Amino acid sequence: MSVDAGQALHAEWTKFRTVAGPAWLLAGVIALTVAVGAAADGAVQCSSAACAIDPAKVTFTGVYLGQAVVAVAGVLAIGNEYSTGMVAVSLTAMPRRLTWLFAKAAVLTGPVLIAAALAVAGSAVAGRLILPGHGFTPAHGYASLSAAADYRAALGAALYLTLIALLSLGVSAAVRDSAAAIGLVLGVLYLFPLAAAVISNVPISRHLQQIGPLPAGLDAQATTGLQNLPLTPWQGLGVVALWAAGAFLLGGLALKFRDA
Amino acid sequence: MTVERESFWCLVHAEWTKLRTVPGWVLAVLVTIVAIPAFAFLAADVSGGCTQSSGGHATACPAPLTGPGGEPVSDAFYFAHQAVTGNGTITAQVTSLTGQVPAVPAGEVADGPGGQPWFKAGIIVKENTSQGSAYAAMMVTGAHGVRMQWDYVNDTPGLAGNVSAAAPRWLRLVRDGDTISGYDSADGTHWTLVGTAALPRLTSIVQAGLFAAAPSGGDSTTDTGVFRHVGLSWPATGWTGTNVGGTGPNGVPLPGSLRQNAVTITVTGSGDISPAVGNTGSVISLQRALTGTFFGLIPLIVVAAMFITAEYRRGLIRVSLTAAPRRGRLLAAKAVAIGAAGFAAGLVAATLALAVGTPLLRRNNMPLWPASLPTEARMVVGTGALLAVAAVLALAIGTIVRRSAPAIAAVIVVIFVPYLLALGPLQGANGQASLWPLQITPAAALSVQQAIPEFSQVITVYRPNAGFYPLAPWAGLAVECAWAAAALAVAYYLLRRRDA
Repeated sequence: MSVDAGQALHAEWTKFRTVAGPAWLLAGVIALTVAVGAAADGAVQCSSAACAIDPAKVTFTGVYLGQAVVAVAGVLAIGNEYSTGMVAVSLTAMPRRLTWLFAKAAVLTGPVLIAAALAVAGSAVAGRLILPGHGFTPAHGYASLSAAADYRAALGAALYLTLIALLSLGVSAAVRDSAAAIGLVLGVLYLFPLAAAVISNVPISRHLQQIGPLPAGLDAQATTGLQNLPLTPWQGLGVVALWAAGAFLLGGLALKFRDA
Repeated sequence: MTVERESFWCLVHAEWTKLRTVPGWVLAVLVTIVAIPAFAFLAADVSGGCTQSSGGHATACPAPLTGPGGEPVSDAFYFAHQAVTGNGTITAQVTSLTGQVPAVPAGEVADGPGGQPWFKAGIIVKENTSQGSAYAAMMVTGAHGVRMQWDYVNDTPGLAGNVSAAAPRWLRLVRDGDTISGYDSADGTHWTLVGTAALPRLTSIVQAGLFAAAPSGGDSTTDTGVFRHVGLSWPATGWTGTNVGGTGPNGVPLPGSLRQNAVTITVTGSGDISPAVGNTGSVISLQRALTGTFFGLIPLIVVAAMFITAEYRRGLIRVSLTAAPRRGRLLAAKAVAIGAAGFAAGLVAATLALAVGTPLLRRNNMPLWPASLPTEARMVVGTGALLAVAAVLALAIGTIVRRSAPAIAAVIVVIFVPYLLALGPLQGANGQASLWPLQITPAAALSVQQAIPEFSQVITVYRPNAGFYPLAPWAGLAVECAWAAAALAVAYYLLRRRDA
């Protein structure tokens, strides 16, 4: 009698596409990421060959802001069910709770990945148009913005945003309240780099940069000075994936063993 | 009228009761109060400060040199001096000021613009020749005209324009007890008072004479001042040349010399006489003790947004609006209640943070810049106001969007992201950050926590992570207030226009 995975997916997809909120949020991800990235492109200036600025990091600066919108989308995917009481209906229709959670995750991941890819592509185009006018020229050692490292940085930025959506979904399932969940997610994202910048004890600061999802995720966007990074780019993305997996596990356990 | 006022405070009381009877919200505000002083423990250890970036080995910090006000200072210059007793006057004409800057090796970046704008030479009256003693000086500078400076932190402009043989500058210092007055003149006959310095530490016998100092990142940079018509009202005993400071930061003897002929006295010197904010990281800001403000903001913003969004979620808003049909007053009452809670939390948290942070910060081997009582009071009250206004902003945005998650995310983003951007991606060449995000967003309010003033006479990189913000303290708070006021206006309009 119970629904299978395909039906669960279809049901969740119908919920997702028939309310206006998610579409607006994903449009916001694209617009804000590109706008902030373009503003950062216009604000930096490389005046000599020794300016040591990573153009990829500047190009994808918008991720700082875009991830907050992605987090809202991730939190609301579950939080809305609880705030409206819809969760009781959903779980009556789909008593296998983990199936429901995986269906939610799958339905969220696809659109977020597409929005993230568009946001990253838009940022990359803005960077290509703006940065050469601000000293990022072959004369200063920035020969090409299309090397393999730049594609890796773009892929890293898009995957990072997607993983943040899953992290937010997991946290939201664990705490069941969208206000507390968004506070927790943004706290985890923004407080690690702040603490790392303030704490002057070098080993502790470096460890904070290794375990915090935002600093680790930014390592995935780096293209210069890779040997000085606390983590390699792929390790950085791995740390973010661990955070997302941990939150998802926590959310799944809470959902399975607790009354809804 | 009396009835209306009372009913508004009844409304505030009702909202306050709602706030304090939700255990989760009270807990969140307590987290705000605890998180801010707790982070002071983590931020207080500045042990990495004396690590030399080139070698990677930590070196012992030199004992901090402090001026008469207890603040860390630089005091290294070449001094042609003689001991003088009692009241009197020193006068000199400066005909030239030239800098000797070593050529920057190809491929390296010059440290700043060579330091030339604040190359200085002139006359000085100083307590004695030891570093950190009280002084007052009149000087010509590389690009800032004639200045009077005293006791390291004070700087007053005199005649504008650069010195040259065609446009010499006359300088005069007059000692009268503890007071030293500085005068300048373009012709040696018409004198203008530039400033008056009170130096209570001066004894009867002081050192008066000529000096040259060339602030720069390197030890081999010097400047040279050429003096004519040097006159003392005291009995002349002949000039002694002393290299005050002796060696530079890297242990190399500072260059400097005194040359005299029948007409001119030429003094060449290095170093600087200034507050020691010159090398970023050489002094600790008390602002570090309040870094936990970021941690405290998050739970407070969550509560402030939920203060209105929870009413929408539970339908309580219809009860509230039935009881208080004038919707603007309900919004105002909520703003007063949550603002008061945020202000009180910030006041308590900042007081605790400074109380635990100050002694911890003093334990570092780098000097802590002394904050005056008014500065500390401004930091504490300002932190309370910063939190209160952030809470009101969250309430207003919560009223506008009527949903918790977007409201909370929006307020956290407009405060946190500008600061993170100024710290990270917007840093340009030479570590100079692009600071406009901290001028136009609510994050500007962090400037109320600035504990060290910026000194225009010291060229350095004034960065947010060293405790320097681009706006003046209250101006920064005003930016945050403007955001909250604008959001409240929109919230008021929408609350009246929309069905609840």
